Amino acid sequence: MRKGTLKQILLLTDGCSNKGEDPALAAAVAYEQGIAVNVIGILEDEQTEQPEGLKEVEDIALSGGGVSQLVYPEVLSQTVQMVTKQAMTQTLQGFVNKELKQILGSEGSMEELEPEKRGEIMEAVEDMGETCDLEVLVLVDTSASMSNKLPTVKEALIDLSISLNARIGRNRFSIYSFPGKRKDIQKVLDWSPKLDDISSVFPKLTSGGITPTGPAIREAMYQFGKKSLLRSLRNDDERGIEETGY
Amino acid sequence: MMMNEASKKQATDLKPGTQITGKWHGKRYLIKKKLGAGAIGAVYLSEAGGQPAALKISEKGTSMTVEVNVLKSLGKVQGNRLGPYLLDVDDWVSPSGEAYSFYVMEYLQGKSLASFLQSRGSEWTGVFMLQLLEDLEKLHQSGWVFGDLKTDNLLVVDAPPRLRWVDVGGTTKIGRAIKEYTEFYDRGYWGMGSRKAEPSYDLFAFVMVFLHVSHGKRFEKGVNPERTLFKKLDEAKTLVPYREPLKKALQGRYHSSLIMKQEIAAAINHTRSRRTARQNKHKSPVLLEMGGISALGAVYYLISLLF
Ligand SMILES: Nc1ncnc2c1ncn2[C@@H]1O[C@H](COP(=O)(O)OP(=O)(O)O)[C@@H](O)[C@H]1O
Repeated sequence: MRKGTLKQILLLTDGCSNKGEDPALAAAVAYEQGIAVNVIGILEDEQTEQPEGLKEVEDIALSGGGVSQLVYPEVLSQTVQMVTKQAMTQTLQGFVNKELKQILGSEGSMEELEPEKRGEIMEAVEDMGETCDLEVLVLVDTSASMSNKLPTVKEALIDLSISLNARIGRNRFSIYSFPGKRKDIQKVLDWSPKLDDISSVFPKLTSGGITPTGPAIREAMYQFGKKSLLRSLRNDDERGIEETGY
Repeated sequence: MMMNEASKKQATDLKPGTQITGKWHGKRYLIKKKLGAGAIGAVYLSEAGGQPAALKISEKGTSMTVEVNVLKSLGKVQGNRLGPYLLDVDDWVSPSGEAYSFYVMEYLQGKSLASFLQSRGSEWTGVFMLQLLEDLEKLHQSGWVFGDLKTDNLLVVDAPPRLRWVDVGGTTKIGRAIKEYTEFYDRGYWGMGSRKAEPSYDLFAFVMVFLHVSHGKRFEKGVNPERTLFKKLDEAKTLVPYREPLKKALQGRYHSSLIMKQEIAAAINHTRSRRTARQNKHKSPVLLEMGGISALGAVYYLISLLF
């Protein structure tokens, strides 16, 4: 099996966007470029029911071919790593399903196969998930209401790096926050293999009043290697997985 | 744990009396009662041809397939039943047209570790430690790590009392990233090591199981997680005899369950001989009884060496 790089945007937010393009649209565009968009909606401790604004969380992930989850801050760490892994499996499985369709005709999908065959395919998917290279761009909403959650976010990201760095495949992480000072997003950490050294950068995050989620996703998309972006534009067939270019 | 799961429709509400017929193999199962539900699906006590069996059902086909793969691999480990025995794997389409995946396994009837120790006495702790280490050794030898080892995933079946694993969903090939874990039992969470699947990962979780049981609850990690762990270990009365090996396991100093098992067994024997010495001076019935149970541990250990 060919070795590839999975690309993900992981959006951490606590509310709905209020500026710029529709975030679901931006996510759909990113997905077309082979980047899955996952969204974690962070709830307030007092929130007992799901607030209206957080429906957006699900919509963005649906358009972005990713996974979404609403959580309370206490369980953020475990959720962040779970969502990231689930999204990897989902992308790889989508890729496998596509191949299956080519082999078995339009009816071919995992569910149409008998359980034994399914088992073999899942084993291959797991192998790929373990060995493929992964790029995760973390996009943190730093609008005012998020400020008290940022320490928890930092913990969760360090934890994510512990989980992913136990894999055989290589990882690259970067962190951006939005809104930026003058731009839509602000670089917090450039692409790096680990996240343990983020303690120093996190306190510098400043909070703003607006939440331009759509433009932020759009901008985040451009932070992945330009080369591979072009590649996947030309090679429409390889949504979500492609050969390593570096 | 996961918020939006509750809002999604799940296969967790099958009424007793529901008939499940497999789409591929055609076997029929009668749902008797729900045994439990977790992140992936629900487990029911079912009956097929008059025989009880545990049936796990979920709409998450992918995760179910991964679990079945693990159960199949464990089934191949010779002469031992690590985890429940797998009986059938199939799909079910409900009358309203929803598709589910299910698998059927050996029904393990038993008690939780905590309630067993409560009713039969914490002296059983050592024996269960040896049993668990023996199973872990077999698992590790065959190239796997349990991963999500926790109190909820253990059951004591009776006559003779034997600790068994129920949920093998976290079982991971050695050398890979741990597939599934629970924070309290996870050494990564405590800052005590990586999430790479290696024997020492399970041995850390092993200690956490017994810390959980002996304290009766989980505890916070505090500002200095390592110090918290050692403090909790020192405070655990029922774990006094095993303190040294447990401490080593927390620090990741065992690379094999076998060595740890030998040292736990030695600790049991040591306690026994100390007690026998004291017993000869003043014959206290309590000490006599405790000595007897440690002897049971020693006998168990000797037997396990023979096989
Ligand atoms: N083979 C079995 N025999 C008896 N009880 C079982 C068996 N398998 C699971 N259970 C019960 O069902 C509960 C939930 O099953 P589990 O496999 O842990 O679900 P999940 O993996 O989704 O958390 C368990 O805690 C256990 O009490």
